Amino acid sequence: MFGLKKHDSRLFIVVAVLALAAPFLLNPFPDGSAMAQFNAGYPDLMQRFVIFGIFAIGFNLLFGLTGYLSFGHAAFLGLGSYGAVWMFKLLSMNIIPAIVLSVIVAGVFALIIGYISLRRSGIYFSILTLAFAQMMFAIAYSDLIGRFVGTPITNGETGLQLALDDPRVLGISATPDGSIPLTNLFGLEMRSVFNLEVGGWLFTFSFGYYVCAVVMLLSFYVAIRIFRSPFGLMLRAVKSNQQRMNYTGLNTRPYTLAVFVISGMYAGLAGGLMASMDPLAGAERMQWTASGEVVLMTILGGAGTLIGPVLGAGFIKYFENIFAKINDNVLHSWFAFMPDGLEDLMVTIVHPFVGKGWHLTLGIMFMLVVIFLPGGLVEGGQRIGRLFRRRDDKATSVESDAAEQRKPAAE
Amino acid sequence: MDAIILQFLNGLDKGSAYALIALGLTLIFGTLGVVNFAHGALFMIGAFCSVTVQRILTLSTETLSETQKDFLGNPLKIKTPYVESWFGPEVGAAIIDWSVPLAILLAIPVMLIVGFVMERGLIKHFYKRPHADQILVTFGLAIVLQEVIKYFYGANPIPTPAPAAFVGSFDFGPLLGLDTSLAYPYWRLVYFAFSAVIIGAVFAFLQFTTFGMVVRAGMADRETVGLLGIDIDRRFTIMFGIAAAVAGLAGVMYAPINSPNYHMGMDFLVLSFVVVVVGGMGSLPGAVLAGFMLGILESLASMNEVKNILPGIDQIIIYVVAIVILLTRPRGLMGRKGVMEE
Repeated sequence: MFGLKKHDSRLFIVVAVLALAAPFLLNPFPDGSAMAQFNAGYPDLMQRFVIFGIFAIGFNLLFGLTGYLSFGHAAFLGLGSYGAVWMFKLLSMNIIPAIVLSVIVAGVFALIIGYISLRRSGIYFSILTLAFAQMMFAIAYSDLIGRFVGTPITNGETGLQLALDDPRVLGISATPDGSIPLTNLFGLEMRSVFNLEVGGWLFTFSFGYYVCAVVMLLSFYVAIRIFRSPFGLMLRAVKSNQQRMNYTGLNTRPYTLAVFVISGMYAGLAGGLMASMDPLAGAERMQWTASGEVVLMTILGGAGTLIGPVLGAGFIKYFENIFAKINDNVLHSWFAFMPDGLEDLMVTIVHPFVGKGWHLTLGIMFMLVVIFLPGGLVEGGQRIGRLFRRRDDKATSVESDAAEQRKPAAE
Repeated sequence: MDAIILQFLNGLDKGSAYALIALGLTLIFGTLGVVNFAHGALFMIGAFCSVTVQRILTLSTETLSETQKDFLGNPLKIKTPYVESWFGPEVGAAIIDWSVPLAILLAIPVMLIVGFVMERGLIKHFYKRPHADQILVTFGLAIVLQEVIKYFYGANPIPTPAPAAFVGSFDFGPLLGLDTSLAYPYWRLVYFAFSAVIIGAVFAFLQFTTFGMVVRAGMADRETVGLLGIDIDRRFTIMFGIAAAVAGLAGVMYAPINSPNYHMGMDFLVLSFVVVVVGGMGSLPGAVLAGFMLGILESLASMNEVKNILPGIDQIIIYVVAIVILLTRPRGLMGRKGVMEE
């Protein structure tokens, strides 16, 4: 299908179904029930799932395929956001030109930064990208370019926001009732939602989410094609032994630069979408901790796998929102079946890891994954799968083991 | 002119913090070949040693005052720190006043133990894994350490004052024969002197002791030293502890300059990595030189005269310098050949 191999198209269809049915799947608990707070089926969070999914897919193209660990990827996301918001300010509230510009801006900067950073590899590459990203963060945070030009470009600490007196050449500066127009796709507003009530469940379908989901599926498809292409194979060769590639007379730089730019464009796309859903852009999106977050997502999900980064992004964003909501009252209600003393003890033990302490859980989980599961959640899933499969065909595997043992003796 | 001197001095203490952290980082890198992203967290733990000592020393008993009453007419509760009741009010107050320097006594064993545990418990298992894995696991550790500190000490900066004797500023003006005054806080002078002593001590330790000689030999060629029957791993573990202690001491004494908060380590980490790379991965003098150089450059760039010409240059100068140096001298200022070269 679409030039994909059989198991790739199966994966793609699964992801597509999951993404399109997300408003149902992420709302398993009826409204008003005690478990309703674990529902993730509201537009804001679902949009974040897919947007960070795109970001992580792009990062994984670079890190997963070539092994170049960039610690400054959030810079491109931030650039994309700024580009999109400027388009909303100057041209129109249609998201298409905004997203196109954000991808282009991120691509151009990725080309410059990549051209310089890719001259070095390993830790030096990480530090160079980190330095560039921090530099751009500093520039955006104090609006250095704006101070040179005379008008705010990034609007410093406050962040770039829409205003009523923006020109918006192809659109309108303000709606008749005097407010800022909303982002839309040829008239369909991103914010518009359709609520469906079935029994105790309330499902919210947001147009913005579906736009993001479709873009995510497109970028996922492109990522699969890159993974399976000769170009992707070349990148994997760079990861396994760049020196040997160079010795065979092949210049690897164009390949790594190309994937760096592609990956930067993915980040720009994510930034553009983020601004399309909520038209503002701030410097904090570019800070190196934001770059660290996408590293966490990719590694947690499984670097170098197709589905891993999306899983990781969803996982982190879900727990970031849901874990943070668990407070002591919730904990008490969980452990209510225990005797009083034990209940308090359990709450005290669990307390540091939830609510505001969620980053502690994330850090520990991340360390455990890096130590024991270098392939991330995907590898974990595969191992569990293998465990079950082995149990099924134990008898046959014993035989084949015995056959293998016999073989060397026979030779 | 005097503004330049003042900024130069300001750069010295920032530079000394960079130099101390970078020294520990490059020590770990040179000996164990590990890129330690948790080094900033060690600096932060050191700073919180100051906070802890301050808290321990100010533990108080509450007694009801017989003479004073609060506005409701109840006897006023007076807090008397235990140290004051043990050693008498004057000595006790002096001990509390000197809590930051006293914290050094706590920080050294604490940091050595933290270093040993980190190396034996975690980093040991990562020698054979790729550098990216080492970066990732120590990055995770940094997050964990940071969150643990946040859990115990809260998210707000905790002021830890320097001893009263060092409050105030020293006037460099007359000393340099200038008419204008050049006020410079005493504690920053102390910090600079302190870091100079630590840096000197580390170099002397490596240069003039047998232990240091073995370590230097191990840095040059680990296998050969191992073949000579020397347990180089154990010595490297000790060096990790020492590197942790250096970062911790840098943190302890930095507490009065900037009130410790849980993310101060991350803030310093990025810059100290830049410092290490500029100085040359694995080169100790390079780390110290680059630390002071970048600290001073940053200060000079924040002068108003410079800012008027190039606004905001102070915030990006370090990165610009780092990028230029890495591209023109790929091994850094004093990097050795064959270190970290793929």
